Order: sequence, then structure tokens, then C-alpha cells
Amino acid sequence: MFYRENGQFKTSYQADQQIFPITQDRIAVFAIIAFAFIGVPLLASEYLFNAILIPFLVMALAALGLNLLSGYCGQISLGGAAFMAVGAYGAYNFIMRVPGMPLPLALLLGGVCATVFGVLFGLPSLRVRGLYLAVATLAAQFFADWAFLRIKWFTLDNASGSAAVPGLTLLGMNIQGDVSRYLFCLTVLTVLALLSKNLVRSAIGREWMAMRDMDVAAAVIGIRPMYAKLSAFAVSSFVLGIAGGLWAFFYLGAWEPAAFSLDLSLKLLFMVIIGGLGSIMGSFFGAAFIVVLPIALNQFLPWVASLFGFMITTTAASHAELMIFGVLICWFLIVEPHGLAKLWSTGKQKMRVWPFPH
Amino acid sequence: MKQWKIAAVAAATLFTALGATSVSAAEQYMPVLSYRTGPYAPNGVPIADGIVDYMKLVNERGGINGVKLLIEECETAYDTARSVECYERTKAKNGGAVAIQPWSTGATFALTEKAPLDKISLVTLGYGRSESADGSVFKWNFPLAGNYWVGADVIIQAIGKREGGLEKLKGKKIALIYHDSPYGKESIPMVQERAKQLGFSVMELPVAHPGVEQKATWLQIRKERPDYVIMWGFGVMNSTALKEAQATGYPRDKMYGSWWAGAEPDARDAGESAKGYNAVALQNSTDKNAAVVKEALEKLYAKGKGTASSKDEVGEVLWLRGAMSSMVVVEGIRRAQERFGKGKVMNGEQVRWGLENLNLTAERIKEIGFDNVIRPLATNCQDHMGSYWARIETWDGKQWKISSDWMQGDEQIIKPMIKAAAAKYAQQQKITPRTGADCDS
Repeated sequence: MFYRENGQFKTSYQADQQIFPITQDRIAVFAIIAFAFIGVPLLASEYLFNAILIPFLVMALAALGLNLLSGYCGQISLGGAAFMAVGAYGAYNFIMRVPGMPLPLALLLGGVCATVFGVLFGLPSLRVRGLYLAVATLAAQFFADWAFLRIKWFTLDNASGSAAVPGLTLLGMNIQGDVSRYLFCLTVLTVLALLSKNLVRSAIGREWMAMRDMDVAAAVIGIRPMYAKLSAFAVSSFVLGIAGGLWAFFYLGAWEPAAFSLDLSLKLLFMVIIGGLGSIMGSFFGAAFIVVLPIALNQFLPWVASLFGFMITTTAASHAELMIFGVLICWFLIVEPHGLAKLWSTGKQKMRVWPFPH
Repeated sequence: MKQWKIAAVAAATLFTALGATSVSAAEQYMPVLSYRTGPYAPNGVPIADGIVDYMKLVNERGGINGVKLLIEECETAYDTARSVECYERTKAKNGGAVAIQPWSTGATFALTEKAPLDKISLVTLGYGRSESADGSVFKWNFPLAGNYWVGADVIIQAIGKREGGLEKLKGKKIALIYHDSPYGKESIPMVQERAKQLGFSVMELPVAHPGVEQKATWLQIRKERPDYVIMWGFGVMNSTALKEAQATGYPRDKMYGSWWAGAEPDARDAGESAKGYNAVALQNSTDKNAAVVKEALEKLYAKGKGTASSKDEVGEVLWLRGAMSSMVVVEGIRRAQERFGKGKVMNGEQVRWGLENLNLTAERIKEIGFDNVIRPLATNCQDHMGSYWARIETWDGKQWKISSDWMQGDEQIIKPMIKAAAAKYAQQQKITPRTGADCDS
């Protein structure tokens, strides 16, 4: 009843081809974006910005990047963190080595570095697929781990091999504050998410999906596998590279190579799988699930216990956190193997037919 | 959509509500970042117990001039992102944190960039950036009681002493097995510097995290037979190395570990087979007779108020290190109170001044029960480390025992290295080093 597109007639091609053709969707997305830009900065505390919102935004962007490759083009990748690392170290080198390099340009160039790296490590995808490709992308992960630990040039020959960024500025303004960092990440995420949403329904996005669903059939109808796969690797790595730059510059500030370890790659893959393969919205759900839920549980459990007059130690809380988190992962995968995004669309469908379900 | 937004607002208010609890008077808030879970928990548990036990002990003694400590633990699992989250969670609570002990290299790097903005001191006892000892660049970092370069230098001096003089090291071969991370790499510049000066050769052997795979490393050691092995390991890497050394037949007494490779969890697994293995001690080794240990047992554990699950842990290397770390923070606050008002809750700026003007004399150390645990230590604006002294400890098959006198890291070598590295950092980060006038503030 509330969510029904009946009566929304499109009278031009333009109206028919817009990103969100359903009016309710358009209003909702606009409202969410407006709320994120205006409402959140008024409501949220410093803790919420620094510890929850900024990591959530950056990880959502990273999950989005990986989703383009794994979800839309079907190329399972275990090298997500490697592409992030290349983006982060790329941006770091540009900003430290080139005097007067503006921050957005450095991040973009970091993304370009990640693109090149991604295309290079995407080459095996032309020969191997499925699980074998996942193993091949591990090579990217190990290579990045090795390169940023071993090649001192990347870390400006610092003795300890760590990297630290000087204060963040944008057009001469200091954007070190939590609200401005949040808004910067949010802007990048909004722009890239809308671009991706548009991209996946364009010709190239359809090629990716055709490739994912059946690559032989796709080749038969005239889709070039090399072009489709490598473009997916390129776009995905670019987004991941930008996310890596944001993670390093806007969240950590200073980092060691372990910040982009295999652990992070796996987390990214979980985000994509739990959120929903092949769904832009799913990337956000997945990131929220993996980034925010453990922290929320960690704070929520002692609070709940105290309501009943118990005191639980931090150790017990963090063990319980892991257990509950694990159970929730299993539960969600059983209830909805297609991810949280599928639950979301089921919900939308229910709203559409309410109050007369058939 | 609407429900979603309401849920988001509800979640937001929930978080803020959790973040802001009541502030009670005359309590100094002390967040403790601990890693009681995760891959390094065997090390993290005794450290956290030591930190918390000493703070409880201070409260039992009546607080710092009457100001009680309000202790809150936050679990990081040794994960950098979670450590940052804990830092953000605790920094503004209950009147605000004044000093944070990150207890992880990755977290120290990340927090070094954040703490100055929040005016919180980072107290890193024997870890973190070596160059942060330079207080003129690292205004808010306090790597008190020794950094990795002091540790590495004391190891080389100990080897020299054993050979009958540092000049005898000429032509010797020393292998440096290190954890392949910023922590492990911190040791390299010092060992290389000494190698250049004394004329011994260094085999650098990195071990990938977490360090359970060392077959190739030890094959190389079997082949090259270095005269000594310096080991900069952490966690499971240490016990693996000791087992591999046994399998390779490399004499354990020719192995020298860093102070993160010289605690009970590192050697206990290897037990008898690790007999003779040496490590540099960050001030102290196991000392169950220290006055502070006895006091903790009497005032906390006898009354069931202790933090550790077993009394045996009290006085072990890592427990004592945790207690020592709490002690310097507490003494920093006490020093700040001397200037800014006794019996008052101090703020970040004031505690920073206290830590920078710390003067732990032998009498004071004895008074608080750390006699023979820590050497006198004094900091100033330029020097945030306060001590260049360390000792060597040896594993006797069952426990660690101090086996050398106090040795001083060579200031002639270490100071210029710290200066140079700090200057490089200052230049990269565009920090203007503090001058005399700023130091007095």
C-alpha cells in the first residue's frame, strides 16, 4: 500500500531511466542522504563519529568495491585488503613526496595505483575461475603484505616501516575534526555509491552480470570476457583503493602493514556475502553487521547484565560477543542465504502487497 | 525507511547514553586498554592484571593524596581498530582520560596521531616508537624506562662482556631473528649501527606473523652457525623459536631475546629445554619478593580483591611490568598534583607536565615498594624515556632470574639516533620541535 508504484507513469526516456525510478525509493534515498549530511552531525557524539560512523562509512565503501567484483562480476577475491593497501600507500607516497599535493587528488591517485595493481592481478581471472581464482587473488594479498613490509621506499625509509600522515587539509581548511572527517568520507561514499549504482545497470554492469551468470553464454552473445573481467577488476580496485586511503588517512592516521592483513580481506568478503552478493544496499548492511555489531554487542552486554544486577568482566563480554556474533552469522546465512539485502527486498515486497498479501 | 531511521536515532541515543555516565567527585578516571582475548592473550592477561592490581593497590593505600582511581577496562584483542575504538570510547568519559597505555605497537602508532589533539599522554613502557623518547617532537609520548634501542644495545654489550670486551666482537657473526612488523624492525637500526662500529656481521632473518613457521629460518642458522642469536619476537613466535633451537641443536645460552621475548609465557612451554636462554629485562624480571608484590598479595589477594585468577601470577615478569606501567602513571599524576594542587583531579595538560617532570628517586621507589624492581628514573622536556639502564635475565628451566648487573645503553650512540629519527618524523609531519620556553610550561 505504501510502497507501490501504481500510477507512476513515465512520460520520457529520461524519467524511465533514472537511478531510482520509483518515487518512494527516490524520496527515501534523498531523505537518508539528507539525514546523513545534516541530521547526523547535529545528533552524533564525538565517539560515535570516530569509533563507529567513520569506520562504517569507509568499510561500506570497501565492501561496495569488492561487491562490484565478487557480487556483480562473480570473481571471488581474497585480495580486498591488498587493493586497499595499495590505495593507502599510494596516496601516502603522493602526499609525502609531492609538495603541495591536495588531499583529494592524492586519494584519487592512490585509487589509480590500486586500479593498475588490480588489473595486473586480475589477469589470472582470464584463465581460472571460482575457488581457483580466489586462491590466485591471495597472491595479491601476499604480494602487498610483502611489498609494504620489505620495500622501504614505500614507507619513506622509516626505520620501523610504519606510515603516518600529517594533518588533513582540504583547500587550505583543516579537516582534522571529527565532523569534517565524517562529512568528507560521507561525500566520497555518496558519490561513489551513486556512480556504482548507475554503473551496474549500464551496459558494462550488464556485461559483468552476464559474465557472472554464465561466462560461456556471455561470450557467445558477444561479450568480451577479457574486457568485462578486467574492467570489473579495475573499477572494484579503484573503489577499494579509495577506501584504503580513507581508512589510513581518516580513521587510523598512522598504520603498520598489518592494518591491511588477510584478516581484513576476509572481513570484506564476509561483509559482501552477509550483506548480499550483487547488491549495492547489501554492502551497507554487511559493513554495518561486521563493523558496528561487535562494538554494539561489546557495550550492550555489560549494560544488559547490569540491568539484571550482574557484573560481567570485559573478558566474559568479549568472549560472549564473539559467540553471539558467530551465532548471528550462521542464523542469517540459514534464514537468508542471499544476504541481508534479500531480507530487505522481501520486506519491500511485503510492503508493496500489504494489506492484501497473496 | 521510517522505521530504519527511527532505529538509527534510537541506536544513536543508546550509544550516547552508554557513553556518558555520571561523574563522581575526586576520582581520577583510568581507562585500561587490555587484550585478554585474541592471539596474544597469554601475554595480555598478566599485563592487564598487573596494571589493574597496582591501581587497586593505590586505592587501598588511600589514593593519590586522597584522589581515588576509577578503573575501567576495555578489551582490544590486540587489534588496532578495536584499540582505537576503545580509546575513543573512554577518552571523554568520567571527566576524561589523562593517560592511556595502548599496549600494542599498531595502536601506539595510530594513537600517537590522535592523543595530542585530545591532550592525553601516551605511556608506552618498553614499546612503541623508539624515537618518541625525544620529548621536543613527541610532546605527548612517554616511552618510559627504556626503548628498543636501549634493549638492543644492552644485549650487544652483554654479549661483548661475555666475549671479554666489546672489541672482541670483531669478525663475529650475529643473527637477528625478528618479528616482521614495525615492532621487530625497531631493533635493526641499533644492531646495524653497532655492527658498523664494532665490526661484527649481522644476518637479518625476518619471521612472518604470527611466527609458527620458522623451519627455513633455523635451517639457515644451522647452515651459517652464527655466534649469537638475537631474537626480537612476540607471542607464539618465541616459544616456537626455542623449540626450533632445540631441534637444530643451537645452544640456548647463546640466544638473547628482547623484553617481549623474555617473560614466562615465552619460555614456559619450552621448559627445561629453554634452560640458559637469555633476554634483556625491561628493568625487572620475576620478583616475588618485591615489596609491592607482597603488599598486593596481602592487601588484595588475601581479601579476595585481586584481579589475577591465580596468586602465582603476581610478581611474574609481565604482571610486574603492568604494575610498573601503572606506577609511573600514578607517580606522574602525583607529581602534577604537587604543582597544580594536592588532592585534586588532574587534567590531561597537568598530567603531561607531571610525566615530563618525573623524578623517581631511590627513596621514592623504595617507599612505593619497587625497590630493586626499577632504577631511579627522571624525565625532562627533551628526554621522555628517563632511563637508559637494563639488565639481562636468564631462564633456569623453571623461572627467570636476573643474571647481570645493571648496564647502561650507550647514550653516545642512542641519543643521536633518537634525535635523527625524531627530526625526520618532525619534518614529515611538519611539527616544529619545542624550544626551551615551551618546555617550561
